[in-house]
Amino acid sequence: MPDLTMAKATPASTAASNAASSATADRILAVENLEAWYGESHILHGINFNVNAGEVVTLLGRNGAGKTTTLKSIMGMIGKRTGSVRFNEHDIIRTSSDKIARMGIALCPEERGIFASLDVRENLMLPPVVRPGGLSLDQIFDLFPNLKERLKSQGTKLSGGEQQMLAIARILRTGASFLMLDEPTEGLAPVIIQQIGHTIARLKKEGFTILLVEQNFRFASTVADRYYIVEHGKVIDGFANADLQANMDKLHTYLGV
Amino acid sequence: MQALYAQLLVGLINGSFYALLSLGLAVIFGMLNIINFAHGALYMMGAFCAYFLLNVLGIGYWWALLIAPIAVGIFGMILERTMLQWLSGLDHLYGLLLTFGIALIVQGVFQNYFGSSGLPYSIPDELKGGMNLGFMFLPIYRGWVVVFSLIVCFATWFLIERTRLGANLRAATENPALVRAFGINVPRMITLTYGLGVGLAALAGVLSAPINQVRPLMGADLIIVVFAVVVIGGMGSIMGSIITGFALGVIEGLTKYFYPEASNTVVFVLMVLVLLVKPTGLTGRAA
Repeated sequence: MPDLTMAKATPASTAASNAASSATADRILAVENLEAWYGESHILHGINFNVNAGEVVTLLGRNGAGKTTTLKSIMGMIGKRTGSVRFNEHDIIRTSSDKIARMGIALCPEERGIFASLDVRENLMLPPVVRPGGLSLDQIFDLFPNLKERLKSQGTKLSGGEQQMLAIARILRTGASFLMLDEPTEGLAPVIIQQIGHTIARLKKEGFTILLVEQNFRFASTVADRYYIVEHGKVIDGFANADLQANMDKLHTYLGV
Repeated sequence: MQALYAQLLVGLINGSFYALLSLGLAVIFGMLNIINFAHGALYMMGAFCAYFLLNVLGIGYWWALLIAPIAVGIFGMILERTMLQWLSGLDHLYGLLLTFGIALIVQGVFQNYFGSSGLPYSIPDELKGGMNLGFMFLPIYRGWVVVFSLIVCFATWFLIERTRLGANLRAATENPALVRAFGINVPRMITLTYGLGVGLAALAGVLSAPINQVRPLMGADLIIVVFAVVVIGGMGSIMGSIITGFALGVIEGLTKYFYPEASNTVVFVLMVLVLLVKPTGLTGRAA
């Protein structure tokens, strides 16, 4: 793993200074009774969970449980949503997605969302810098050396692993401190999954807060602090990584593995 | 041979208008997913804008080249904000019907006040006269239209394919929701894109005014051929619209020389052939 030196005021340190004033001040995201619809179909039926500064929180659940919709709803990408989503104490349930992005939330979407009509450099530079403290291009190339050699390639000509790295890299530039990663390991080779795991651990150490959606709980268990289980559009359970072993039987039932 | 070169020049001139108009249609279709049937009416408004600037305010051709596209572009952006934006996500048919209706209203209003005959707009003094190239006589204004259109087309291509702004635009064409979730104000970008496409049409209108006169139906006649050009070239590609526009103008010109009877139909015959062989157009991506 290349050395990553980030000259940034880490969100964790800001949160730590806030924590003195109130016990819940390090709560970055609080989702309460979130419901969402795609057209007529009611997908989320009341999602409740929260994320504290500097944590890696993972949403686990079967296909179609509503994990991706939860991320998209937080990001403001679902037209009809109700309930409450509070980010740094601002209610963002009615905020448009471009404004939410500018508050410092960044999404690495399912299927990666690499643009075919843009080359790698254009894909990397697409998300605007929303606040100071993002990684510089040099830091990004330290983290993902492969990308540096492929800057002129069409975005979708990269391998799956490289595309995933590009999708993560481009949101690290923006200065967003709260990252939502939607199944970053899907369809990737074990060695690449390992590399992404190292990257997430590294980002956590640097003070990023990460909300992860995963089907692969073996991978999630290497990086997560806490888990929430999503089923039929609801959060039905949650536990800390320390209690993972104790919850293994339940987890197998929930996930059907 | 003189006649052949003359027809080639006419072809290039028509090709310039086809290219400018189909380029705007392609840009608008890419971002808004709307087949802009109002394009011909907006082209006509560009020509009328130049006419008003000259005859009401005494502002000449050169300023009109700048002012008319901006003024008509702003009119287009108002249309987009007040009407077209509500059609996003609906079937193409709605956008087609709405813009066709807008075109009929705009053309009707102009016809009501100006009749159907042409109003004269003279060539600016700097571009009057001609040059003897040895093999043919080149009216300077016509040469200017071809060269200037090429420059504008290339500049638009450069803006979209080679700049940061263009990258935002291309990305938003592919996946507007995700681009917006990166913090880019996509609705505003859509409005400006419509304004750009409309501005190109208005610019073509100003260029055309000294050649074709200023008439309320000047766009209605032209736009049918331009849609055939767009179908042949394919909606997806910027460079494709430019090349197809110029190429079809030239093909039309050549047909006028070799087989004049077919000159008005050759574009449509080509359209049918292309649709049979490659329904997405020569350079189009599958939609």
